[in-house]
Amino acid sequence: MKNVTNDLILKTATTIIVFLILGFSVYLFFAGHNAPGGGFIGGLMTSGAFVLLYIAYGFQTMNRVVKIDFKTFIPIGLTIAVLSGVGSFLYGQPFLSHTDGYFHLPIIGKAHLATAMIFDLGVYFTVIGVTMTIILSIAKDEGEQVENAE
Amino acid sequence: MELLMAILAGLLFSTGVYMLLQKQILRIIIGTALLSHGAHLLIITMGKLNRGGPPILSEGVTKYVDPLPQALILTSIVISFGVTSFLLVLAYRAYQKNGTDNMEKLRGNNHE
Amino acid sequence: MSNLAILPILLPLLTGIMLVFINKQKTLVKVITGIMVFVNLAVVSWIGSVVFQEGPLVLEAGDWPAPFGIVIVADQLAMVLVITTNLIAVASAFYAFRSLDEQRERYYFYALFQLLIAGVSGAFLTGDLFNLFVFFEVLLMASYGLIVLGGTKEQLRESLKYILINLFSSILFVTTVAFLYSVVGTVNMAQLAERVADVEQQGILTTIAILLFLVFATKGALFPLYFWLPRSYSAPPTVISALFGALLTKVGVYSILRVFSLIFIYKLEFTHQFFIYMAGFTILFGVIGALSTNNVKLIVAYNIIPAVGFMMAGIGVFSATALAGTIYYLVHDMIIKAALFFLVGTMAAISGTYDLRKMGGLIKHHPLLGWMFFIAALALAGLPPFSGFIGKFLLLKGAVEEDHYGIVAVGLIGSLLILLSIIKIFLNGFWGEARLAPEQEKASENGRLFPVALLLIFTIALGLGAEFFYPGIQGIADSLVDPSIYIDAVIKE
Repeated sequence: MKNVTNDLILKTATTIIVFLILGFSVYLFFAGHNAPGGGFIGGLMTSGAFVLLYIAYGFQTMNRVVKIDFKTFIPIGLTIAVLSGVGSFLYGQPFLSHTDGYFHLPIIGKAHLATAMIFDLGVYFTVIGVTMTIILSIAKDEGEQVENAE
Repeated sequence: MELLMAILAGLLFSTGVYMLLQKQILRIIIGTALLSHGAHLLIITMGKLNRGGPPILSEGVTKYVDPLPQALILTSIVISFGVTSFLLVLAYRAYQKNGTDNMEKLRGNNHE
Repeated sequence: MSNLAILPILLPLLTGIMLVFINKQKTLVKVITGIMVFVNLAVVSWIGSVVFQEGPLVLEAGDWPAPFGIVIVADQLAMVLVITTNLIAVASAFYAFRSLDEQRERYYFYALFQLLIAGVSGAFLTGDLFNLFVFFEVLLMASYGLIVLGGTKEQLRESLKYILINLFSSILFVTTVAFLYSVVGTVNMAQLAERVADVEQQGILTTIAILLFLVFATKGALFPLYFWLPRSYSAPPTVISALFGALLTKVGVYSILRVFSLIFIYKLEFTHQFFIYMAGFTILFGVIGALSTNNVKLIVAYNIIPAVGFMMAGIGVFSATALAGTIYYLVHDMIIKAALFFLVGTMAAISGTYDLRKMGGLIKHHPLLGWMFFIAALALAGLPPFSGFIGKFLLLKGAVEEDHYGIVAVGLIGSLLILLSIIKIFLNGFWGEARLAPEQEKASENGRLFPVALLLIFTIALGLGAEFFYPGIQGIADSLVDPSIYIDAVIKE
């Protein structure tokens, strides 16, 4: 630790705010389809929360705590998105056909579910993956040359 | 309202082009971002700015909003987001490797 | 059956994603790539045969009927180009196995390669102007990834310019689509073609047409917008240069061909006349560039430009014969450019330099390489009996029939200069005293010649078997002159 900063307020506030942002991002993700929201904006919001954590606690600390390689999110998301389109092949429908219906779920009650949601989930993961990869790959090297070896 | 939007899009375009003609890479990237914002505003203006219901046949709704420009913009925003972020990383790497962010010095007459 | 049309996009896309997951196992990646390029080629050939027998396949994505939803249209023109693309993919994959260093393979080369193929196929197949933009971006994203792969000083420098110029033209594309949408109210190409005739203000349509042309001309490297091409195409490793040179500019040419044979055909005397002038300048300036350098890769990269000029000349003349020539030349050029890049790449790998003045006498130890290069050079210059001859012959015949003698003269002079520029490589690189003894050479030609041979067999087949291929190509050209065939296929009343 070269320079110890006095960022108590930031750290304390972050612990609370991050959960608010994450909750809101999940809301945005599910609000899509019929209201403003969806995978893209939800994914951006989620990565916003992660970036805030990185800002507050620093790169090294976060790397110890969060052992997720955000790069793997990109292919996972793309796979989900593409396969959701291919799924319609099984029913003899054109590519990307979607369907929806009302279901009775425990706790939540009556819910409107659409297969477009699966595609959105793919977008959600891809956006988190891309955003975090890009931001972290710049943030990683602090002045000196760091070869990213992965 | 359409007039205001058109003027705004024009302003964004002109600032974008001005930034594009600078020497620093970072300014150029900001210029492309401004240009793409201008283009997005232009699309939404072209689809006629009015408030109303979604274009689903239902009773009682007389005013519809054209959904196509919105779909186009969303796609275009996602794409420009991806390209701009990629470009930022690339510019940073190029700056590290070449030791300059001045486009004049990145001409490359010497072909290795 | 309609889902067939999306397969040429989906298969490479899924393969690419799969390759990201297994990126660590290098042999597995290579095996899967090797198998999948052949599977792709087989699938698209099969779809192509279906299309040629039964007419265009139209896929309405999400089951939304044509003017409202996104359509994928696999017509004869698109399928011919998709098949050629996949042929080049096969050759490139096998050249990459032999030539790429481990570091580049680790940085997702094969995944990006599959993504590029998916994007190019998508651009050929889409029936929607905005989706064309989307697929342009997909293939450009893949190409951005490929061009920086390895991250040498020169690559980073040139890729910045490449990305900026492409980004700018993409923004211009979106802007133009916005204008077009406000005037015509649709982005579906078939519906656009129906509606442009009814638009009262023809002036604004012409403006839009020229703007669109500028966008595609930047992507396709036409005069005066080709300045970005040679250096950024020669910076990355050979296999990537070959992919770019064979596929990317051709997507621009295809877009011009599609848009200006389907939508903007009401003002031929202005737009298409303009194309002929552009084509003439493109041929001349491109070939002068090719003559000006001693870097072998740069010579081939410059030679992309006059080829684009020839194709534009055919679109400018706009008769069935000339368009057939353009399509023939398009297919020929995709194949021969890939082959030439592979050949000069092999030459440079053997001698350890791209500088022609430091090469010499390669034919002594590599006769097969030398004669393959000779065949490729003749095919490029358009000498019989190779494929370039048929394309150029049809182009020039079409131009003479329509009394465009100026472009004929420019084309003939251009062809001679092209021959000069490429024979220069042959004379300096292969003839003379051998500079290097076999044991001094930096790399072997083993395995690198197989993909080239594959491509050369096809150029020879396209030339000698013209009797067999020509009726199909002429059929495509006839259907381009009469856009109602395309419109009827997409919009079923």
